Amino acid sequence: MSVRVGKTDRASSFPVAAKAALRNDQLRRNVRNATDIIRAKRALRIDEMPDWEQLRQAASDIKMHTLAHLDYYLEQFERNCEQAGGKVHWARDADEANTIAAALIKQYSGDQPAEVIKVKTMTSDEIQMNVALEHAGIRAYETDLADMIVQMSSDEPSHIVVPALHKNRFEVREIFREQMGLVDLGDQPADLTDAARSYLREKFLRIKIGISGANFAIAETGSVCVVESEGNGRMCVTMPNVLISLIGIEKVIPTFQDLEVFLQLLPRSATGERMNPYNSFWAGVEPGDGPTAFHIILLDNGRTALLKDERERETLDCIRCGACLNACPVYRETGGHAYGSIYSGPIGAILSPQLQSLEHSRSLPYASTLCGACYEVCPVKINIPEILIHLRGKIVREEQATLRGSLSAECLAMRAMGTIFLSHRRYESAQRLARLGQKIFERNGQLTNLPGLAGAWTEFRDLRPLPKQSFRDWWKTRVEAAVSSEEAS
Amino acid sequence: MRIALFVACYNDTLFPETGIAVTRVLERLGHTIEFPIEQTCCGQMHHNTGYQKDAVPLVRRFVSIFRDAEIVCVPSASCVAMIREHYELIAQQEHDPDFAREVRNLLPRIFEFSELLVERLGVDDVGATFPHSVTYHPSCHSLRMLNVGDGPYRLLRQVRKLELVDLPNQDQCCGFGGTFAIKNADVSAAMLSEKNREVLETGAAVITALDNSCLMQIYGGLHRQGSSVRAMHLAEILSSSEVDR
Amino acid sequence: MSLPLTAREEILARIRAALPDLKVPVETSHASITRSYGRCSSLDRGGCLQLFIDRLIDYDTKVIELTDETELPAAVQQALQDAGEDRLLVPSGPLQTLAPENVNVYVDHGLTTPELDRAQAVLTTCEAAVASTGTIFLVHGGDQGRRALTLLPDHHICIVCRDQVYGSLPEALAAIRSQSARLITSISGPSATSDIEMVRIRGVHGPRRLTVLLYGDL
Ligand code: SF4
Repeated sequence: MSVRVGKTDRASSFPVAAKAALRNDQLRRNVRNATDIIRAKRALRIDEMPDWEQLRQAASDIKMHTLAHLDYYLEQFERNCEQAGGKVHWARDADEANTIAAALIKQYSGDQPAEVIKVKTMTSDEIQMNVALEHAGIRAYETDLADMIVQMSSDEPSHIVVPALHKNRFEVREIFREQMGLVDLGDQPADLTDAARSYLREKFLRIKIGISGANFAIAETGSVCVVESEGNGRMCVTMPNVLISLIGIEKVIPTFQDLEVFLQLLPRSATGERMNPYNSFWAGVEPGDGPTAFHIILLDNGRTALLKDERERETLDCIRCGACLNACPVYRETGGHAYGSIYSGPIGAILSPQLQSLEHSRSLPYASTLCGACYEVCPVKINIPEILIHLRGKIVREEQATLRGSLSAECLAMRAMGTIFLSHRRYESAQRLARLGQKIFERNGQLTNLPGLAGAWTEFRDLRPLPKQSFRDWWKTRVEAAVSSEEAS
Repeated sequence: MRIALFVACYNDTLFPETGIAVTRVLERLGHTIEFPIEQTCCGQMHHNTGYQKDAVPLVRRFVSIFRDAEIVCVPSASCVAMIREHYELIAQQEHDPDFAREVRNLLPRIFEFSELLVERLGVDDVGATFPHSVTYHPSCHSLRMLNVGDGPYRLLRQVRKLELVDLPNQDQCCGFGGTFAIKNADVSAAMLSEKNREVLETGAAVITALDNSCLMQIYGGLHRQGSSVRAMHLAEILSSSEVDR
Repeated sequence: MSLPLTAREEILARIRAALPDLKVPVETSHASITRSYGRCSSLDRGGCLQLFIDRLIDYDTKVIELTDETELPAAVQQALQDAGEDRLLVPSGPLQTLAPENVNVYVDHGLTTPELDRAQAVLTTCEAAVASTGTIFLVHGGDQGRRALTLLPDHHICIVCRDQVYGSLPEALAAIRSQSARLITSISGPSATSDIEMVRIRGVHGPRRLTVLLYGDL
């Protein structure tokens, strides 16, 4: 099986990639600015909601219920969708999904040039669908403004909701100027948006095959829901003759009425709007309105491996609102690219390493201070810090199972500390030893240049040396003093 | 009341003044402090870094040392978070019902220092005097896991001659995060420099918190920058009196 | 010899292998989910309608308030006039009678895409609306038009009857539940993007202008 999450095969580990990102001041300013704005808007909208916590709880309960009966709901969804005229395909992994999509597009294109219009789908980025389609000779046009910016500049998304938030208006103008041949293009966001509108209008009216993802797949009705703002989603699901929707198996929800929970949580969490401009719902095909052929690809790509363990399963509750990214102090420093996966921020740090087991993603569960800001904002209450700790445990167990891993500096240090803490006498001698050992590193009353792992501390910060007397030393002298004063009297 | 002190290993070794301050404040309020000398570490560092197997004996050790205590006072919010959030789960995973029962019985008796004062003992005024400007950093564990709320502010507001200055964006993490500070030192430092820019903006002479770990990070950065702002655990401010000055 | 599993069989098998057998029937378990959030708005009719209007205006929607149906033709005319438009698209059926005389009317008896694209405005009714979010639900077909109608023109003029306005989203979804398998679009303000520096820009690919004609009894 080839599970893939974006172009991760070339990614460096998080600390290495983050270091590079930290040097890019423009990127950091753009990320900071954008996340500040969304956070402020989100906070405003959530203040309006007296029942926010109850909605979060219900969302979490509905998701956990659905995942616990995932086979039932997928089959129900499939049945209803096909009854309404859709065709459901199943894909074990990225390659299988891409193969199905490419074959369908080829088939429907006949002898015409194969072209598709796409509405933002993270899932298609996950399986690198555009790359696969290109190999198959199919031209794919992203139609979400931000995705278009990313695609035109051969970049990677840096946020799951606002993929181009790392680019400012001047950078976008340069990309559009070059790619659309517009020499006189202004740099106001309105100018840039207008340019995108005229550029894409022709594509929407001409191209006969559309590709979408889904925010929700409703089992009860067999219908699909796409949540969006620009109208490109409506275009892609309405104007073409053929529509292909790529849907992760975790996107299914039981009933239409369940949307009353998710559609209150998602827009407020994602963009700080009470409701996003458009939600489209459709089941199968409808004569006289929209595509005459509708295909769904239900994608596993590693998801089923998360079902067994309840902690891990929680990861699949995610509705991709991006609130955890905006809240995360680590993401806000580095932006999304440092995560080496199209899923960045806290959700990326738990999702990518579970979907695939590449070397770089093993650093992701450590890309967090466990500050809990992600859990606090998550509309479906995914306890991300707990999942991070759980994944760290898995990684350590795997490391310890290898000779090299079990002899790593960290592993040895941790084991030594563990042993020291098991006896207070050993611990006390260790305290004394450390006090002696630190002498050679002391400069002007501070430790400024420690060796080994601790060197990463003193590279950026000073450290006060261990005081002469530990607390327990103080306590002992105090007890002794009390005893001897008692004896004296 | 007899209060057992779990001082936390890093406080014991690096910040003895915090334990001393806790002892003084509580004794001043008429309580008797006990310090079980066998105590070492609650297991947090091992557990949160992924060495969960190595944390288990430390958890068992902690429970056996403190199981009979009337009240346990812990001047470290992150250790309390470790105990409250993880001990029960660890006990469950050990499939040891006696151990699980002991944990369940012990948990309600564990208090973070400010919680103990405000929530358990109902005190906001501990009779302290501290003639300096102070800003308070709500550490992530105290803020989001313990939900200590305004307890620390209530305590600080009662301190005579203390000028309390608000820290902007106070709910932002300082970048410490245990082994994160080492494994992701660059990002940790970037987060820290933002935190410290804000600390310096307040003009306060002292930064305080319920966790010396965060304070060690904040102070380490400030000192490296040549700033003279001091970092003090809340207990140290509350133990100050006119006489000391 | 057994055949290799299909992707469908394999994925379902993986799911079943991972999940424990649950004793409670699915429906019972779904029904037992606690829903302690607010399902009904606490506002009275007047407050609810006022909130709807406020929310629409807040999201750049123009609202024309009418007392009864007879005022609709004049309101349509005004909406077009204010926008400087004279090419109006209408679904075939009763709405045709609301089209002003001095404009070019395109009746959708199956117009081609280029024809639809030539219209400047479109007139439809709706199925339900939500006050708290300023949202309009279209269940496509009939007077609400097929989907392309309300997508290609730059201006959507939507007739909303006051008794179609619900306080909360749960109430509105419950009201359209029986049609939930049909083509549905929810609309909250004109199309918009904040993709460039988080500056909200109105009008990307969907209609740039949305006008609501609100009529009917309180
Ligand atoms: S984990 Fe939660 S906050 Fe993060 S994107 Fe998913 S739903 Fe949103």
